[in-house]
Amino acid sequence: MAERLGNIIELKHITKTYTDNGFTAVSDFNLEVGRGEFVTFLGPSGCGKTTTLRMIAGFEMPTEGEILLNGQDITKIPANKRPINTVFQRYALFPHMNIYDNIAFGLKLKKLPKDEIRRKVNHVLDMVDLEGFENRRVATLSGGQQQRIAIARALVNEPEILLLDEPLGALDLKMRKEMQLELKNMHQQLGITFIYVTHDQEEALVMSDKIVVMSEGRTQQIGTPEDIYNEPKNAFVADFIGESNIFKGIMTGDKKVRFCGGEFECVDDVPEGTLIDAVVRPEDVILTPPEQGVVEGVVTSVIFKGIHYEITVESGKYEMVIQSTKAAVVGDKVGMQLETDGIHIMIAEDHTTCFETTINSELNLDFNDETIRCDLTKVIPGSVIKDGELFDDDGEKIDLDKIRIMVSIQPEDIQMSDDLEAGLVTGKIINLIYKGDHYSYVVRTEHGHDLIVDDEYLWNMHDQVSLIMPEDKMKFALKK
Amino acid sequence: MKMVFSRKQLGIPYALFLILFVVAPLFVIIYYAFTNGSGQFTISNLTDFFTNPNTLGTLCYSFVLAFTTTCVCLLIAYPVAYILARSEWKAKSIILMIFITPMWINFTLRITALKEILTLFEKNLAYFPFLNSVIGMSYDFLPFMILPLYTTLTKLDQSLIEASCDLGAGPVQSFLRVTLPLSTPGIISGVSMVFLPAMTNYVVLDMLYNSTYIMGSLIGSYFSAYDWNNGSMIALVLLAIICIFTFFGNNADEDSQARGGAML
Amino acid sequence: MKKRFGSQIFISLILLIMYAPILILAVYSFTDSTNIGAIRNFSLDNYVTLFTTPELADMIGGSLLLALGSSVLATIFGTVGAIGFFYSKKRTQSVFSAINQIPVVNADVVTGFSICILLVIVFGMSKDTYLPLIIGHTVLSAPFVYLSVIPKLKQMDPSLYEAALDLGAKPGYALWKVVLPQIASGIVSGFALAVTLSLDDYFIATYTKPATFDTISTYVVNATKGSQTEIKTALWALSTIIFVLVLLFAIIMNLLSNREVKEEAGERLA
Repeated sequence: MAERLGNIIELKHITKTYTDNGFTAVSDFNLEVGRGEFVTFLGPSGCGKTTTLRMIAGFEMPTEGEILLNGQDITKIPANKRPINTVFQRYALFPHMNIYDNIAFGLKLKKLPKDEIRRKVNHVLDMVDLEGFENRRVATLSGGQQQRIAIARALVNEPEILLLDEPLGALDLKMRKEMQLELKNMHQQLGITFIYVTHDQEEALVMSDKIVVMSEGRTQQIGTPEDIYNEPKNAFVADFIGESNIFKGIMTGDKKVRFCGGEFECVDDVPEGTLIDAVVRPEDVILTPPEQGVVEGVVTSVIFKGIHYEITVESGKYEMVIQSTKAAVVGDKVGMQLETDGIHIMIAEDHTTCFETTINSELNLDFNDETIRCDLTKVIPGSVIKDGELFDDDGEKIDLDKIRIMVSIQPEDIQMSDDLEAGLVTGKIINLIYKGDHYSYVVRTEHGHDLIVDDEYLWNMHDQVSLIMPEDKMKFALKK
Repeated sequence: MKMVFSRKQLGIPYALFLILFVVAPLFVIIYYAFTNGSGQFTISNLTDFFTNPNTLGTLCYSFVLAFTTTCVCLLIAYPVAYILARSEWKAKSIILMIFITPMWINFTLRITALKEILTLFEKNLAYFPFLNSVIGMSYDFLPFMILPLYTTLTKLDQSLIEASCDLGAGPVQSFLRVTLPLSTPGIISGVSMVFLPAMTNYVVLDMLYNSTYIMGSLIGSYFSAYDWNNGSMIALVLLAIICIFTFFGNNADEDSQARGGAML
Repeated sequence: MKKRFGSQIFISLILLIMYAPILILAVYSFTDSTNIGAIRNFSLDNYVTLFTTPELADMIGGSLLLALGSSVLATIFGTVGAIGFFYSKKRTQSVFSAINQIPVVNADVVTGFSICILLVIVFGMSKDTYLPLIIGHTVLSAPFVYLSVIPKLKQMDPSLYEAALDLGAKPGYALWKVVLPQIASGIVSGFALAVTLSLDDYFIATYTKPATFDTISTYVVNATKGSQTEIKTALWALSTIIFVLVLLFAIIMNLLSNREVKEEAGERLA
């Protein structure tokens, strides 16, 4: 249906960088939204989802890129001239007006006749089940009622697109579930486009036609809820949507993969020898007697969760979380099997850290005034050191200012320390994912670079760490 | 029986202090206002005040002067507070500090400085009594108007302005329909901090070689004439004006507090 | 961009108007000129006069002593009263909070006049005892101390006091060791406010002071009426000194509060 009616809004290469602190909230964001679709921006706080929504609403201008509404460029049109209305996170109801005046605000600005305004206000109040609230003050309403008024105030203007910025965040769980269904019904009845922002993956899965998973200002994956859940594109999406076990592994043959100490059949066709990340949902693991499992392990914890047990099994250095309706006993040996379609294979990204260094007068490498010892004669083929100077294979002196050495190091070779003086660079942990036998961290350095570091110990989000890079684990290359 | 210490008892000294030095003087004022020099009850002080064209004229002049001063302060302070509250300047808090620092300098010294500058322009200050009064008082009271306005405007929820913009209001409409009504608590508290002093602070006028009379000057001159009774009547009239102000201010304030509650 | 530029000009203009008189006076305080506008020579005579004339020194010293004394009294009354009323019944608290508000909203002329009538005329107290003056300034400042302490009490976690009692502290000890540190910032700012109010006051002093004593305000007002140019220009020097002191104080306060913000941020990072 969406295809036949065309796209209502298109975002093309949207980038938002704040001028005051240089922070890039959104980078190269692309999206097409079909008429009448329910699209959800999903991601952790600070991923740029609200910024993107605010750019669609017109509260913020993109630094680059353009926004098209029905094919027309609206990038520079102010918010009050866009046929788009917003339901704000904390409702933003005008405290100095009663309910009627709040809802009628937009209509009065359009200078509609009084009786038409009254008719429309009554209609939306009816729609949100709050008839008779016209003269109430905002402060006398409960959170849920304020929420409905905020929706009514936006809808009464008959917008082409309704933007909802975490509208259910302030409600309690029961209320939230109710409103989710109600919003979905409203969407179906009205047939207008909803763009919804949330950090709650369950909410996104329940309500949306299309989910845009975002992280660090970038789109991670766009797809239907089923796609996103069953076929996550990368470890971030897999980890963020639902519970999952993520393991590093390698393809060992035709639709055969090795990870977690065992070899499994899978459905993804990836060439042999490829390094991969394997995602296994806890509900897809089958517990068997020890001898019947592909891998064997010991139960380390069992937690009753109402409809299922959450069982943690340790197998060698790996750890697997399993959801099962049958209980297990801590300390028992068990086997584990996986269904072929329960394994989702993602080709592993290269997370090697690379940085550029200069050569100092002692013929060692210099990186931000930190010295890295290195035998330059091995890096530059045929070169020799004579009297503290470097000569190439033709015996000519090499101008040290003109060459740069690239240093690279693998994520697992970097160590983290809380002694901020200990390492080469310091940074802040901005993301972490558990990968079966270790954690994979994203550390943002003081210079704004994101490095991937693997560490077997658990650090906290936002920890300030120093990254120690052992010189014997570094690889050096001459930069051409 | 041993007295049990309770935290409430700590209130007793201050309660006595307030009753003795705040409440009692008010009753004394009322007593003197309705008696004559020999201590007999009379309402002639009251009737005199409202029939004498001099006192009545002073009351009206005080109102006009206070109203003009308040308007001038508001017209200067609102844009200042608005610009500061909405700006993203890093030095915002320092600029605000610079605006309110004069509050800590003795006002007679500040008025002395102002007097020297005014003399430079006007040669003889006595030629422009009203103008000089407004300039002097606005100069003295401006910081008291800026501070409460700035406080309310910074507390103003930015998303309310965005909401009004989202619903189709342009910048001017957003200001008139949302920002201005929501900043009324600040306006009221600023006005109450300027209006009353402007009716009573006669020293500012005295220092600017000003022979015009305001309500405060009346108390001063009755005091110098040892006429406690008529002086008390003026004080009582001023108290009545304060009561009216506080009543309306409180009403508006409670209203705005109820509104403020919704924002939480 | 244009709009922002306009705002900057407006703000600068208002600041210029506010500070021009003080700054021009400050410049002239370093000359031997007796009128603004005349171009004369550099001179420190005004400062010499300010510090060597006994009358001026008495006036400054007296004002400071009065400010400190009345502020200490006001701080004690206001703080202890705030604690007492805060833990009293709602009704008691609201009644006394309302009474506390009277000197705050009242015109200083009325406050000064009424205190004078009560103490001097009714009680027959002599102004020469300084008691009416000290009481008057305490009445002026104590309500402001009360108002700056009450919010700190409201912010405080109510179970702190109970926790102290639970751990075996006597009520007095718990108030001294637990409650007082929590509201210290309110007490300090209340005291600072009391000092400024006392130093700024004219009306209460003029109705309650002994005839032989002058505060800065009453002295300055009399001096403007008088014709002693030497005194007049010495007051320019006084104005300049107070301006510099207030400016220094403001800068220090700003630096301190900035450091607090930074320290907090640092703690959050660690």
